[in-house]
Amino acid sequence: MGSGNRPLGKHLISIEDLDRGSIERILDRAESFAEVSGREIKKVPALRGRTIVNLFYEASTRTSSSFELAAKRLSADVVSVRSAGSSVDKGESLKDTVQTLSAYDPAAIVIRTPYAGSAQLVAGWTPASVINAGDGKHEHPTQALLDVFTLRRRFGSLDGKRIWIIGDVLHSRVARSNVLAFTRMGAEVTVCGPPTLIPRQIEALGCEARTTLDDLHEADVVYVLRMQLERMREAFVPSLREYAARYQVSAARLEPGQLLMHPGPVNRGVELSANAIDSPQALIGEQVKAGVSVRMAVLYELLVGAPLLQAVAS
Amino acid sequence: MSIERLYSRDEPPAELLIRDAHVVDPRAGLDDRRDILIAGGRIAELGAPGTLSPPAGGDVLDAGGRHAFPAFVDPHVHLRTPGQEYKEDIASGTAAAAAGGFGAVIAMPNTAPTVDDAPVLRSLTDAARRDARVPVGFLASITRGLKGEELTEMAELRDAGALGFTDDGKPVTSAGILRKALQYQRLAGGVIALHEEDPELSGDGVMHEGAVSARLGMTGIPSISESTMIARDAAIAGYEQARMHFQHLSCVESVKALAAAKEAGIQVTAEATPHHLTLTADVVRTLDSRFKMNPPLRTEDDRRALVDALASGLIDCVATDHAPHAHHEKEVPFEQAPMGTTGLETAFAALYTELVLGHELELAILVERMTAGGALYDLPVPVIGPGEPANLTLVDLEAAWDVGEHGYASRSQNCCFHGRRLHGRILLTVAAGAVAFRAPMLAEAKLPA
Repeated sequence: MGSGNRPLGKHLISIEDLDRGSIERILDRAESFAEVSGREIKKVPALRGRTIVNLFYEASTRTSSSFELAAKRLSADVVSVRSAGSSVDKGESLKDTVQTLSAYDPAAIVIRTPYAGSAQLVAGWTPASVINAGDGKHEHPTQALLDVFTLRRRFGSLDGKRIWIIGDVLHSRVARSNVLAFTRMGAEVTVCGPPTLIPRQIEALGCEARTTLDDLHEADVVYVLRMQLERMREAFVPSLREYAARYQVSAARLEPGQLLMHPGPVNRGVELSANAIDSPQALIGEQVKAGVSVRMAVLYELLVGAPLLQAVAS
Repeated sequence: MSIERLYSRDEPPAELLIRDAHVVDPRAGLDDRRDILIAGGRIAELGAPGTLSPPAGGDVLDAGGRHAFPAFVDPHVHLRTPGQEYKEDIASGTAAAAAGGFGAVIAMPNTAPTVDDAPVLRSLTDAARRDARVPVGFLASITRGLKGEELTEMAELRDAGALGFTDDGKPVTSAGILRKALQYQRLAGGVIALHEEDPELSGDGVMHEGAVSARLGMTGIPSISESTMIARDAAIAGYEQARMHFQHLSCVESVKALAAAKEAGIQVTAEATPHHLTLTADVVRTLDSRFKMNPPLRTEDDRRALVDALASGLIDCVATDHAPHAHHEKEVPFEQAPMGTTGLETAFAALYTELVLGHELELAILVERMTAGGALYDLPVPVIGPGEPANLTLVDLEAAWDVGEHGYASRSQNCCFHGRRLHGRILLTVAAGAVAFRAPMLAEAKLPA
């Protein structure tokens, strides 16, 4: 395993909560759960009798379904609350909602909101473990973990790998968590996009910033972000046509051997061309599959933790 | 209360001997130990320590070499009245001022309703005569409802007691409206004070645009949002030969724009807040909404530029921008929280601890800048001198205290210095000749007359 190997805290709020060793440990655990997912009965009793609350204030398909499936495969009871149709819709504050749900004595609350820092706040209001499933444009740590998992399976190690993250960096929590996670695992990260969608001083995260795809051939991994049209209240690019002309990753722009990733959902024909999505270089399906195993591992490591880890290993 | 355009409740005039205080009053050229005799609410006499006798029937306080300064004046507070008394009201806000060593404060008009006509203003001057512990001056808004569209009845508002005008909380975006306000100021009088911000550049910003906003994924407010408006408005003020005051400067670009305006002979003044003078955007990494204010905390270069400008006098005074909010309003994700921090009760201690003890500013200059804010609105400057009305504060510079959730005179607790250990405790505040605040520990130290 890697250096460090700090024990996991109670919560997973940010990639900054994890050192390389603890990331490796989660991914090793995820490998064993991936094996479970290959069985006919995809269930282990690790969290039997415990409750997981999924609290989603934003639309989500992949993240919410994979957290739900992960919890169920660990035999937990799962309660999913979405903002539409819940008391959140009636103006209940985040704090009151969390305290209400905490009355069910959940082992963990998985939360997604449109606001940075929400998961951290929630951690102060509940005795449960809190897992950040996306807080505004800030972080999405389990996405980063599943992306590292996917790449580690291909490469063995990310050390020295050159990863380009392309597109709407400004509005992307995935970009922020992934820059942090990839660099922690030894990769060199470059972010690239139109200048209006690259935050000023993004280099402070430990990455390079580019505004053209001219040197894309240097990359081992091409990680394309979703254009988050729903987060844009103004025009950040003159047109999607011009954006696609400059930044769309197509099969023609990919070098042989480069791996292509995308966190989903894809705007087909905007940031990715159809032939890139369907190319054998694309790992998009593997990313989705990794989501369940990695989220099982996160739940397991936070809620069952190190003592059992050793027991299982012996 | 009889000082023009300042309003407070009638209090019995102080009869008090402060024995052996270390008086620091840069305007009086005083930095020495003195007995201060206050009789009938005026400073009757200053004498060598141990030489003055107490007034008949008056109190004696043994300062034991602790410091006495002219009472501070805060040209920028939000008393939240009318309409948001759950955050603050005139009684609690002025009690907080007195507890912070302030002998006078100037209240902003962005209330609900806005202070944009004479009846609302009169309701406030009446309330201050009833409830204010220290004298309060009121600014009225420049435009009706802070909408930036139509001028208020500035002349009538001046007659009703307005010290000046501001749309604080919002910029006057239209250069045309601002120009008309400056022209009309020739009739109405009073200073025009401006919250400078270009809404197009600020957008949905919630913090300073820079490395920290890039890391947190929060929309940034660039420094140029403020500085470009200062440059624009100074040019308009110069053209109209008007007086203009820039509120809460936050960045080096604004300092440069201010310097250029002053060099050109334009009648502009400026203030800076304790939080912009002592904190940077780095603290926002905690995502603690106590650090959310407008203008936002910026970089160390910006902070240093503000301190240098305050030291040189380019920035004329300290203003707290005391902005109380209820606990539940701030206990939300950073992006959703309202802007603002309380400041009255921590201003001196924060600046003394970070800037004076941090060797960035001399004590005498800090005292000068904390007492200069009223003069910009033509109010008298507090002076510790014989015959002057008693306006002073007694401070224990040695006393260290922890800024916490409790113990405020203010109704709100949203203080950005929460959790810090500060030096400098206010022991006594005499405002407009009356004792407005006395620390509990001082009451015990009282000697028999």
